Amino acid sequence: MKFVDLTELASRNLREAMLRNILTTLGIGVGVASLVAMLSLGVGLQELLSGRLERTGLFDTVYVASRRAFGDVGRPRKAQAAAEPIRPLDEAARTEIAGLANVVEVYPEIRFPAELRYEDAPRMMTVAGLPESARQREVFDGIKGAFFTSASADETILQIEFARDLEQEPLSLLGKELVLRYAERQPLAAPAGASATPPDAEGGANWGFSVVPREVKLRIVGIVETEPGSGFGGFGRSRVFIPLQLAQRLSSVQFGDLRQAMRTTAPEYISLSVRVSSAGQVPAVQEQIKKLGFQTFSLHDAAKSLRLAFAVLDSFLGAFGSLALAVASLGIVNTLVMAILERRREIGILKALGASDRDVKQLFFAEAGVMGLLGGVLGVGLGWAIGRAINFGINVYLKRQELPPQTIWAVPWWLVVSAITFALLVSLVAGLYPASRAAKLDPVQALRYE
Amino acid sequence: MTKSPLGPRKILQPDGCGARSSMFGATVSSEQPNSTAIRTAGVSRHYTMGESVIRAVDGVSLEVRSGEFVALLGSSGSGKSTLLNLIAGLDRPSAGAIYAHGRDLAQMSPLELAKHRSRTVGMVFQSFNLLPRMSLAENVELPLRLAEVDRRERPGRVREALERVRLSARMDHRPSELSGGEQQRAAIARALVNRPTILLADEPTGNLDSHTGEEILNLIAEINGSLGMTVVMVTHERPLAERYAQRQIFLADGKLVGGNGEP
Repeated sequence: MKFVDLTELASRNLREAMLRNILTTLGIGVGVASLVAMLSLGVGLQELLSGRLERTGLFDTVYVASRRAFGDVGRPRKAQAAAEPIRPLDEAARTEIAGLANVVEVYPEIRFPAELRYEDAPRMMTVAGLPESARQREVFDGIKGAFFTSASADETILQIEFARDLEQEPLSLLGKELVLRYAERQPLAAPAGASATPPDAEGGANWGFSVVPREVKLRIVGIVETEPGSGFGGFGRSRVFIPLQLAQRLSSVQFGDLRQAMRTTAPEYISLSVRVSSAGQVPAVQEQIKKLGFQTFSLHDAAKSLRLAFAVLDSFLGAFGSLALAVASLGIVNTLVMAILERRREIGILKALGASDRDVKQLFFAEAGVMGLLGGVLGVGLGWAIGRAINFGINVYLKRQELPPQTIWAVPWWLVVSAITFALLVSLVAGLYPASRAAKLDPVQALRYE
Repeated sequence: MTKSPLGPRKILQPDGCGARSSMFGATVSSEQPNSTAIRTAGVSRHYTMGESVIRAVDGVSLEVRSGEFVALLGSSGSGKSTLLNLIAGLDRPSAGAIYAHGRDLAQMSPLELAKHRSRTVGMVFQSFNLLPRMSLAENVELPLRLAEVDRRERPGRVREALERVRLSARMDHRPSELSGGEQQRAAIARALVNRPTILLADEPTGNLDSHTGEEILNLIAEINGSLGMTVVMVTHERPLAERYAQRQIFLADGKLVGGNGEP
């Protein structure tokens, strides 16, 4: 029999025992729904958490340092020094890294000691530069005031503890001015009679620098609760932030500059942060940067174990969801076996009219398939609704706790497709036994049956 | 007998297949008077019930010529229906051979046997066996679906078959809305729709009053005459068999009675 005829006859037969088939289909629907609801919550939770982690800026960033950075404190390592020259992390390296595929931006870590004066009271603080991309980070979600108006504006964002030090009512600081006093690095010209390049210059000349006190007025534009990006590779411990380009322009003496003062090589960065287009690209970018001859660090491995934890959670949820579907598939077996008993005579007639065993088998198979498909579609809809309802309930609770609403539920297209496919497969497997039993029916006996 | 009181008939068109086209001409039987439609050679069908063996059909050899109308007679339990089921390919013999147009059914694979039921024979039953939830047209279409006949061709074939049994006006009715005679006519249309060469009827008048029964037999005789279809009819009503069939074959206890197995 052709496929069209098969499905036509199958759906016709299904309509005939309407109530029973609707109940069976509903059973599959509920099974699929529980599967979809469970998995949509698992996936949603994963998306929520990994989304939040990604916004910390920790997982899509590769931290780059020169090989020398940790190697030459104390005694130099003999083997390494002999093997290959160590590449300096200079401006040329920064440009090269910025040119790699999937690299969004490369920025240096700039932190320097400075004296801050507010209403003439001086305070020694560490000031850190913030890249423009930090704007998207989660810590700035609850900012009082605003983020920097531009990447090089004479503006500052304070951490709230420090702001409290300055003023009892920290919010009143917004819009006020702060004086930043710092030590500027001024490169020296080559001494008279010296050759064009200093003896150990690897790229560009550096004849040392002089240190000059400077002052800049900064407008306080924002106050944040928590310190953005503390810990490794973040912005170090700091409570005063200025735009990164401003920090570069100020050219203040940094903590690591003492070593620079003793060398005549071109200025080097202590470390660079490389932001990658997505967390998934981190290992590839990391590998490329390593090939360029630098040390790299990332939290990608930490993210990997997080993904593993979610995979385990998802399979647990999926297993519980599938259990309901397994029970529903028994409903299909039951319904179809009942249908065989009821339709014995019909099967006999079909065979007398020329139906082969295969035709009969396929007919029952098609009926199981139609129920599975309808149940799958129904179940996805139902599961979607259940997921939404749970999400809604949780948000009502979050609102009562005065927390911001969250989406902890997601139905990606692959979940829709695989849930329906799964329902269809389970139904077909459930139809195997009834179908072969129907096909084996002896037509002579079946026709005699009243 | 072939003269029908029901007026001129439309003749089904030949379908281009050589062996079959001959079956649809009005003068088929005279063209090939000696070709054999069905031949059984020592065919037996035994059932085991516990310890005892029931010989429903026991070494029957007979021959039915193309275009012949044969009645299988016998009391109940004589094995006539079992023999008919064997010829229909619904059952397989325990021993012996059954040839339909020269091909042995006993040697056929299940799929070939299904094809035989679909293309070579059409069956009519005592209890009509129409599917109650389908309209007449859908019931008649069923063999076409099973034979994978092109969808565009089907409505015409269904109409043609229903016209032949004079039911085209009721093609959208369900079987329960029809009288017994009409239901049996619909069943005959269903048996004809695939243009088989052999019509097998198992007590076709058994559930009908005598007047309606005669009507049905007239129709079968007409089909036998105008289409040249071979007809094997199982019945226990000897007077009807004598009136309509060209030859009667008697069975008792699964064996032929008298030497009338040969034409």
